[in-house]
Amino acid sequence: MTAPAPRRRLRSVPLYVTVWVVGVVMVTPLLYALVSGFKSTDQLSSNTFGLPSPWVTSNYTEILRSGTFWRSIGSSTLIAVGTTVLTVGTAALASFALARFVFRGRELLFTLFTIGLMFPFAVAILPLFILLRTFGLLDNPWGVILPQAAFGLPLTIVILRGFFREIPGELEEAATLDGCSPFGFFWRILLPMARPALGTVSVLAVVASWNNFLLPLLVFSDQTWWTIPVGVQQYQGQYSADVARVFAYLILAMVPALAFYAVAERQLIGGITMGATKD
Amino acid sequence: MTTTSTHTRDEHPPLAKEPGVSPHNRRPRRRRVREWLTAVLFTVPALALFGLLVLLPIMYALYVSFFNWGGFGAPSDFTGLGNFSRLLDDPVFLGDLWRGLLLVVLSLALQLPFALAMAVLLNQKLRGRAFYRMLFFAPYVLSEVITGILFGMIFAPDDGLADEVLGSIGLDALGGLWFAGQDTVLPTLFLVMMWKYFGFHMMLYLAGLQGIPAELHEAARIDGAGPWQRFRHVTLPLLGPTIRMSVFLSVIGAIQLFDLVWVVTQGGPDHHSETMAVTLFQFGFKRFQVGYASAISIAMFLISLVFALAYQRFVLRRDTEGALTNMRSAR
Repeated sequence: MTAPAPRRRLRSVPLYVTVWVVGVVMVTPLLYALVSGFKSTDQLSSNTFGLPSPWVTSNYTEILRSGTFWRSIGSSTLIAVGTTVLTVGTAALASFALARFVFRGRELLFTLFTIGLMFPFAVAILPLFILLRTFGLLDNPWGVILPQAAFGLPLTIVILRGFFREIPGELEEAATLDGCSPFGFFWRILLPMARPALGTVSVLAVVASWNNFLLPLLVFSDQTWWTIPVGVQQYQGQYSADVARVFAYLILAMVPALAFYAVAERQLIGGITMGATKD
Repeated sequence: MTTTSTHTRDEHPPLAKEPGVSPHNRRPRRRRVREWLTAVLFTVPALALFGLLVLLPIMYALYVSFFNWGGFGAPSDFTGLGNFSRLLDDPVFLGDLWRGLLLVVLSLALQLPFALAMAVLLNQKLRGRAFYRMLFFAPYVLSEVITGILFGMIFAPDDGLADEVLGSIGLDALGGLWFAGQDTVLPTLFLVMMWKYFGFHMMLYLAGLQGIPAELHEAARIDGAGPWQRFRHVTLPLLGPTIRMSVFLSVIGAIQLFDLVWVVTQGGPDHHSETMAVTLFQFGFKRFQVGYASAISIAMFLISLVFALAYQRFVLRRDTEGALTNMRSAR
């Protein structure tokens, strides 16, 4: 405010240079993979930096024509949707009770869920695998959906409970006086009001499910249900010598996640900051 | 269950009142029972899912960790704490702890300060800052598998992009084995983690920065504080809670690290990038020593739990009194 305009602009030059350099470092790996996908592997080793000549589109088109790629997109989508519906549905019911009812053991129950925030899949993966094997849920999408939903509950409940608490109690009293049952209040008033929070937790659940690797890796031995991370890993194992092809596969596998990010950026960032401040 | 009895903090008065003194208690008994039943009905689905698929498996892991067991049939070869004492003598497991600590130290020394610097930078009026924010955060949404494979190829010795770039500017000496070298694998892994996760921490800091009232900076400026002084004495203290939370998250993340390591090195070369979760996976699913692997998972759980409790008790106490510490004080 005090410095004259030109001096200010001059002073901000290093700032622009800094963010630009960091931006280049962030983008280069992605751009390199994208361009490399348009080369043949021979071309790639002789011409690392340059643009492809000629542009080879077969890497991309062959993957897009193959059933495996689309099947893994389909199964990732199905599992993400199933997980999200189950997590958010059960968590919303529980958060409602934990936020708006007074009952014995409520805080203990909530504490139990919050301890779950620190359980990574890895801690429970062995017995979980044995459990799924016993119930015949291996090579079955439910074998991934159910545990993912269970492990997603803590964060979802922490966020939703915090949100439900902020809705004024008078609203519930008024609804009750009008003859609304607790479930009626939950379904017709609370949930519609909580739409932004529900959006946020849903986005978090989708991203977590989409990127999960350990569980689908163990549950799906058969390639029918391979999700994208498992599919990418197997593809890389199969074509490890054909580097350009693997780059093309990586790029195509990134597209859904990046597209989802572009659409749901606000909810995602709101969600991670909320998750970090509320627990 | 007496957990609610000492839980009368004024943060959320309408809810935290204990049943013994609240007006609630004066309601007719039948109605109280009905309310309790409703609450139970609402919680049952989540509790069933959580109990069956999170709590039960962990209890079972604890049980199995006292046995020598290959994973089939019922565990019968009871060894008491044998698996745990073996753990404390296992150079790979002890190495896991050491490597985890190293990653945490690197993260605290480099990643978080860098994320903070970027957050402060992108909190200013720069042209295109929305774009840069979005770009820096973007790798967070990619899976660790995709990220790992991508960088595995970029850091391929000799003909990967990294070595080609260094070679083309005459810095061949800086290139090398990357993931393939025993001494270079962990720093390389850290570079990749930083590429993927610094944007996440940056976003946390940005949210924190936006909560600092502009008047405070204005007041400090009027009092003659320079940019560095304003950062040191206004921004940094007020960002305290956010920084403490981001430190917490990066420690928990380091304890749990698996996907990235598994797809790139599987813990190699010669265990030099192995983490607890990788060791667990090796013993549980490759070598079928399920009892021993369960002991590792219990150790992981205990380390996370003890760290989280201690951190909440001693570091986060000033910020938010979390549910974990509440339970402790209620006992």
